[in-house]
Amino acid sequence: MTKSSKINKAGHESGKLKFSFFPGCSLKASGHENTDSLLKFCDMVNIELTELDDWNCCGSSSAHSIDHEVAKLLPMRNISLAPKGIPLLIACPSCMIRMKSTYLKIKNDPILKKEYETLWEKPFDEDLEIIHFFEIFERINLEDYMDEPDKKLKKIKIAPYYGCMLSMPPDLRHEKNYYGIIEETLSKLGGDIISYGYSNMCCGTYLSAAKPELAENVVNKIVSQAMEAKAECIVTACSMCHLNLEIRCTVKDPIPVLHFSELLSMALGVEDHKKWFPRHIVDPVPLLKKRGLLSS
Amino acid sequence: MKMKREEQQTLSEEIKENSGINFNACLHCQSCANGCPFLEGMDFPPNAVFRLIQLGMDEEALNCSTIWICVGCNTCSSACPMAIDIPSVMDGLRQKALKTGIKIPEPDILSFHEEVLNTVKKYGRTHKLEIMMRYKLRRMDLLSDMGMGLKMLKKRKLDLMPSKIQDIKAIDKIFKDK
Repeated sequence: MTKSSKINKAGHESGKLKFSFFPGCSLKASGHENTDSLLKFCDMVNIELTELDDWNCCGSSSAHSIDHEVAKLLPMRNISLAPKGIPLLIACPSCMIRMKSTYLKIKNDPILKKEYETLWEKPFDEDLEIIHFFEIFERINLEDYMDEPDKKLKKIKIAPYYGCMLSMPPDLRHEKNYYGIIEETLSKLGGDIISYGYSNMCCGTYLSAAKPELAENVVNKIVSQAMEAKAECIVTACSMCHLNLEIRCTVKDPIPVLHFSELLSMALGVEDHKKWFPRHIVDPVPLLKKRGLLSS
Repeated sequence: MKMKREEQQTLSEEIKENSGINFNACLHCQSCANGCPFLEGMDFPPNAVFRLIQLGMDEEALNCSTIWICVGCNTCSSACPMAIDIPSVMDGLRQKALKTGIKIPEPDILSFHEEVLNTVKKYGRTHKLEIMMRYKLRRMDLLSDMGMGLKMLKKRKLDLMPSKIQDIKAIDKIFKDK
């Protein structure tokens, strides 16, 4: 099978990394604090993101559940919009799987490639790199952007949560995987990583709306296991997971759930948390103050 | 709905043709079932759905809740020693069930998917507030979860206005005849 990702220096230009950016519906329309902190973080580490012009829904969940044809065409259009020569960066794990899987299917199937070129009236870009936000850490050295990196997160006890991000469908098994990225990154910044049993149990995604009791069951397992392991907060890297862990948790006095991008931005000294934390259902401010990560 | 084997393609042949997935490679080791976070909501574990089809029990397979409860998180396919793309088989079975017009055992999940696609067709992107409002209206159930909805609005987790794309003609092309 042809692999889509190759480590190269694409994106480098006068010391700045340039990517086109696919936010996806969850980041764009409900996880504003996630998007905002992610953009701030990229700006701080000299990464220039240009939002993919006129992008559409990736077809995740509902389209591939009930309409094969629509599920095929939605990500195809997004791929056709990606500018040549710079990697396409995706921050949502479901969007990532849909787009990358579709990209590889087109690359490996001449009939599908022809269909793509007829439909979107442009040649298929054989060299397009589609990367997840996590792959940024292979391309930058975070410690270059701060003094005393290991003192930034003041030993706050973090339960990393990946949900379905580590589980890849068979056609992406030989692509990049993201084991340990949150742990590695946040421990370098002085976070204390807690190990617990449910860090890669799915959050329930849309069952949260259609079958709340099933979502509640998994969410409570995840949060209570993290709490039993003495974590002070859970860190997610997906807007949808963040929402579900907050709204479907019925555990008594749950610990706050932070976006990975919020902690990264805070470690770099971004002080926009007053825009982010009022959007959280479980207020992380008391914990962050107690740990000396926030003064006001 | 019993199929005549001599004249018609079997369901497993049809799925193999549509998705390229041969689930007859299944060893019934039950790794998929043991790892599934939503097994308790399913009437059959994933491997048992394959078994039903292998035994020619198409109607039972297409009627089961499993194919609707599966969210495609890939926990099963990552664990599968035969690398069967189980969520894709579920996608195929779900769409076959819709085509045959049988009664869907999880109508709420289907309604939810339809409302999501409704907003994608209209705006090119999903619009959570509209999806939830229309979904609740369809079920004639505006009150359950009302507190959560209000909390989400208060925390500004549901945008009032949809985020729309410019080139809606391209979306019409994607949804043609639908």
